[in-house]
Amino acid sequence: MATHRSTGGDSPQPTRRATLQALTLAGMVGFGLTCKARADNAPGWPAEAFQKKSQKDALDALLGKQFETTDKITLDVPEIAENGAVVPVSITTSLPNVTSITILVPNNPFTLAASYKLPDGTAPAVSCRLKMAKTSDVVAVVASDGKVYCVAKPVKVTLGGCGG
Amino acid sequence: MRAGHLCRLAFAVAALPGLIGLTHAAAKADPAADQHAFQVYARSQFPAVPLADFGNGPYAVNAPMRKQWEEIMQFPPYDFALDEGKAAFEKPFANGRSYGDCFPNKGIGIRQTFPYFDTATGEVVTLDLAINRCREANGEKPLPYQTGLIASIDAYMAETSRGKPFDIKIPDDPRALAAYQDGKRFFYTRRGQLNFSCASCHVQAAGQRLRGDILAPAFGILAAFPIYRSDWGSMGTIDRRFTSCNSQVRSVPFKPQDKAYRDLEYFLSYMSNGVPITGPGARP
Amino acid sequence: MPSTIRVRAVAAGDSTDVQALIQHPMDSGFVKDSDGKLIPPHYIEVLTFEHDGKVVFTALWGPAVAKDPYVKFAFKGGKSGDDLKVSWTDNLGKSDTSVAKIMG
Repeated sequence: MATHRSTGGDSPQPTRRATLQALTLAGMVGFGLTCKARADNAPGWPAEAFQKKSQKDALDALLGKQFETTDKITLDVPEIAENGAVVPVSITTSLPNVTSITILVPNNPFTLAASYKLPDGTAPAVSCRLKMAKTSDVVAVVASDGKVYCVAKPVKVTLGGCGG
Repeated sequence: MRAGHLCRLAFAVAALPGLIGLTHAAAKADPAADQHAFQVYARSQFPAVPLADFGNGPYAVNAPMRKQWEEIMQFPPYDFALDEGKAAFEKPFANGRSYGDCFPNKGIGIRQTFPYFDTATGEVVTLDLAINRCREANGEKPLPYQTGLIASIDAYMAETSRGKPFDIKIPDDPRALAAYQDGKRFFYTRRGQLNFSCASCHVQAAGQRLRGDILAPAFGILAAFPIYRSDWGSMGTIDRRFTSCNSQVRSVPFKPQDKAYRDLEYFLSYMSNGVPITGPGARP
Repeated sequence: MPSTIRVRAVAAGDSTDVQALIQHPMDSGFVKDSDGKLIPPHYIEVLTFEHDGKVVFTALWGPAVAKDPYVKFAFKGGKSGDDLKVSWTDNLGKSDTSVAKIMG
C-alpha cells in the first residue's frame, strides 16, 4: 500500500519523461542493431553488418556508432529465465569513471528497460530484476570517460509449464 | 546409470504394496511403510540432494534455476506479505483475544505440525482452516482462502517454523487412517482431460521440464508454502496451488479446503515428515 | 500506512552496500485483467538514494522492471548509524519516501 502524495495534475514532470524518451530513441536506433550477443567470427569481420537486411542498417552497423566493445563489462543473466516476469540481471565493470549503466531488451515492446545514474563515489555495479516479454538479448551499456561501451547476452524466455 | 535404474525399479516394486493396499480395507494401511518407501524413492531419484534441500523443490534438482532463486532470495519478494502477516497475527480481535490464543505455544513455531487429524470432529484440520476457525470463534469473519491476508498469516507462522522438520501424526483412529488413505488415493488417481495424477508429474517426472518449469519432487513439496510465485505476482497457499494445478490438467478443481484437498495435504505432509520447513518460499 | 520501501544498507569498510525492495505493481500496460481489459501502465519512473545531502544513486525505470522491484548497488562513504533517504515517483504522480539507517 503506497503512502502517496499526489502531485496533482495529470502529467509527470516533463524533464524525466524527456530523458526517458531520448534514451529510448537512442536505444531503438543504435543499440539493438549494433550490439548483439557475439557469435564466433573471424576477428575484425563485421558480422552484424553482413547480417543486416536493409542497406541503411548494414551501413550503420558497418560504420558503427561510437559504441566500443570491451571485455571489461560482466553481464550476469540466466541462460533460461525461470520466469519472464522476474529475470535477475547483474552488471559490474572495471571501466573507469563510470557515469551510467543502462539496460536494454531489444525484443521487449520498449527496448529501454532501465538506466542507472552513478555519481562520483558510487560503485560501477548494479543488480536488478527485469520483465522480458520473450527470448531476447539483454544489452548492458556503460558510459565511461565520455565513451560508450556495450555487451549483450541472450536470455531464453519460454512459456511456464503446467499448461498455465 | 544402470544401477540407478535397478535401484529405482526395486523401490518402485517395494512401493507397490502401498498402492495395492488402496484396494484393501483401511485397517491394512501402513502409512509408516508408505512414508519410508516414498522417501527412499525420492532419495534414489536425486541421490545428491541432502534431505533438508527437498523443501526447495525445483531448486534442489536444477542448478541454473537454483542460481536465479538464490539471487532473488537476497531480498525475497514475500517480504511484504511477511510483515503484513506478522502485524495481522499480533493484532488482537475486537473481543481482545488474538490468534495466539487458538494455538499451542501461542502459534509460534508450530506450522510443521499441520495438518493434524482432529479426533473430536473426525476431520483433517489444516493451518488455513484453523486460522479461520479461530477467527469465527472470536467473532471475526473468515478470510478468503488461496491468497491475500490468509496467505500472509500463513507466511508469518511458517517463518516462525523455518528449519523445523515436518512432524505430522496419524493417530490410531480408523477415521484418521481413512483420511490418510483418501489423500493417498487422490495423489495417485489420474484426473482431467490431460489424465495426469499428481504422481505423473511430481514422482515419475520429478526434476524434468514441463515447458519452462522444472517439476519439483512431491517429497517435501509443501515445505515451502505459502509461496510468492512470480507467475502470480503474489502469495499463494497450498489451496491455490492445488486448485490451479487441477485446472491445469483440465479437471474441475475442488473448492479450497474441500475434504479432498485437506486429505491430500495430510497425505503429502505426512510423506514429507523429516523435511524442514522452508516457508514462506519464492517460486517461478 | 506501512512503507512501500524496504532497505538493507550495510557499511562494509569504506563503502556501503545497499539493497532495496519496493512494493509497487510496475504494471506495463500490456497485461489484461480477468475481464479482458488492459490494466493501465503504472510504474516507478525515478528512484533516488540520498546520503549526507548528496544523491548517491538514481534509477530511471520503465515498465520492463519487474513487479515489486529490487535494486542493489554500493557507494563510497556511509557509516553505521547514518541516514539513507530513499524516494520514488511513478508515472501517475504517486510517490513514497523512507529513511533507513545504515547498519554494520
